[in-house]
Amino acid sequence: MNPTATAPEITSAPTEREGTPAIRVGSTASTDGAMVAIDPVIQLRDVSFYYNAFRAVKNITIDVPTHQITALIGPSGCGKSTLLRTINRMNDLIPGTRVEGSVTFHDEDIYASYVDAVEVRRRIGMVFQKANPFPKSIYDNVAFGPRLNGYKGDLPALVESSLKRAAIWDEVKDKLKQSGLSLSGGQQQRLCIARAIATEPEVILMDEPCSALDPRATLQIEELMAQLKENFTIVIVTHNMQQAARASDRTVFLNMADDRAGYVVEQAPTIEIFTNPKNQMTEDYVSGRFG
Amino acid sequence: MSTAGAVAAGTVHVSLRRQRIDVAGYVFSAILLLSLLFSLALLTVLVADQLVRGVPVFAERGTGLLTSPLSSNPAKAGVIQGLIGSALLASIVALTAFPVGILTAVYIEEYAPAGRLTRFIDINIRNLAGVPSVVYGLLGLAVFVAVLSKVGQANGANVITGGLTLSVLILPLVIITSAEAIRAVPNAIREAGYGIGASRWQVVRKLVLPSATPGILTGTVLALSRALGETAPLILVGAVLGSFSAGRSLADLFTGAYSALPVIVYDWARKPQDEFRALTSAAIIVLLLVTVIANGFAILLRNRYDRRW
Repeated sequence: MNPTATAPEITSAPTEREGTPAIRVGSTASTDGAMVAIDPVIQLRDVSFYYNAFRAVKNITIDVPTHQITALIGPSGCGKSTLLRTINRMNDLIPGTRVEGSVTFHDEDIYASYVDAVEVRRRIGMVFQKANPFPKSIYDNVAFGPRLNGYKGDLPALVESSLKRAAIWDEVKDKLKQSGLSLSGGQQQRLCIARAIATEPEVILMDEPCSALDPRATLQIEELMAQLKENFTIVIVTHNMQQAARASDRTVFLNMADDRAGYVVEQAPTIEIFTNPKNQMTEDYVSGRFG
Repeated sequence: MSTAGAVAAGTVHVSLRRQRIDVAGYVFSAILLLSLLFSLALLTVLVADQLVRGVPVFAERGTGLLTSPLSSNPAKAGVIQGLIGSALLASIVALTAFPVGILTAVYIEEYAPAGRLTRFIDINIRNLAGVPSVVYGLLGLAVFVAVLSKVGQANGANVITGGLTLSVLILPLVIITSAEAIRAVPNAIREAGYGIGASRWQVVRKLVLPSATPGILTGTVLALSRALGETAPLILVGAVLGSFSAGRSLADLFTGAYSALPVIVYDWARKPQDEFRALTSAAIIVLLLVTVIANGFAILLRNRYDRRW
């Protein structure tokens, strides 16, 4: 199969680079109608990402609508996680990496030279594939971020509300002093979500948050995500298509090109991707014929 | 039981039977056990030998050996000056080598850009750990003694130069063990910190260092007990062989003559009088006890701060 033969390049609006006026309120992202950008909080324009000379993803143009769940799906190695980590500059921590194109958050280029990556990550939080609570108490795990930011309010109340919003309060309220590592895998992941929302980010990036969890814990996280989108915008990477179908509002399907760089094949409201995909490759993937 | 999967009676019984004796396996485990017994036996003989010779001294003089100063008279000689000297040396080492070594390790692991230069420095620090201690003694003589004697001290041969020399000696060891402890902190912890908007300083200070503390403590205290046992560099930088009268003031403690337990052991072992054989063993017992206490302290600290992931 030759992906380039069947996948028309997504046409994108002319990219505005650094230096152009930052005000682009209400810009419609594309001309082909595949994307209906409703108040996008994050916009990627013609983004390519390099590990040294290797281009991991190329020419990515995506809008992330606010208060929705956007799922990135695609076969292993197509650069979903890499792409996710460019959204909050987590890839900065890996030496020899480089971003081309523009990633904007409220129309601000987060890769502009004057931008502090730490501030970006405070507003765009992250939940990882493997639950990684700190080797501290449950309380201290959640309080960690607010303390860093010099939170002046009622910290115990913030911890409680964060744990409640992460739907884990009832399970841990009697053992806040116990180590976060004493919890089960699913509880640990919800603790990590509580930790992420305690710093009040606008966007939460989730990198296959359920891949190490059993079906029941997975379902809990998905239900949680549906509640969280009232207050947060969520971008989730998943290789579980059922999860994308169940839990997300918008789906972006990526595939690997011949040069092993990931690119966007199709993006649309989730229902369209799964019931009426425009691209044959998308249809093959969502119906389980490859990937 | 269903007969569908039935097999001829007895065939399973036969096929499961041990067919041959695993000779190589038995021989290998015997060799492992013998190696262990060999090292244990050697250590036991050494320690027992020293105990047999040294314990009578304690029986005869009680704590007199611990509280008396050095003397050429075996009946009066004691190791108090060595105990004080070793304690001072250990404090100086702890105050200089620990912070410098741990901070160096943090820089190498968390801050230095990964590249050829960093790797080159890393390898060289490892090589430095293998340099014989007597070479560090010469370095101490050339640098610390020379400098300190210029800035006013009589001959620069005091406990400060000795301590600094031992510091340099164990610095590579402190750096290596601390760097390994820092490297052992899972990357997921760092990512979690960065992911909620912690700066590098906050990640290092609040997450990496607390997690690495048990390992760093174990490594540094073990390095300290290595310093406690060193003789050659101290002799080179002027630790006293023979006896000296203790100074009266606190300043004399730091700028006057000094000795250390291993130096005393070396000195007494060379003395011609037979009485000093037993004294040497007694001093060795004291030195061993000090080292064991230091190591025990290291284990205690490690257990106290131990974390699981």
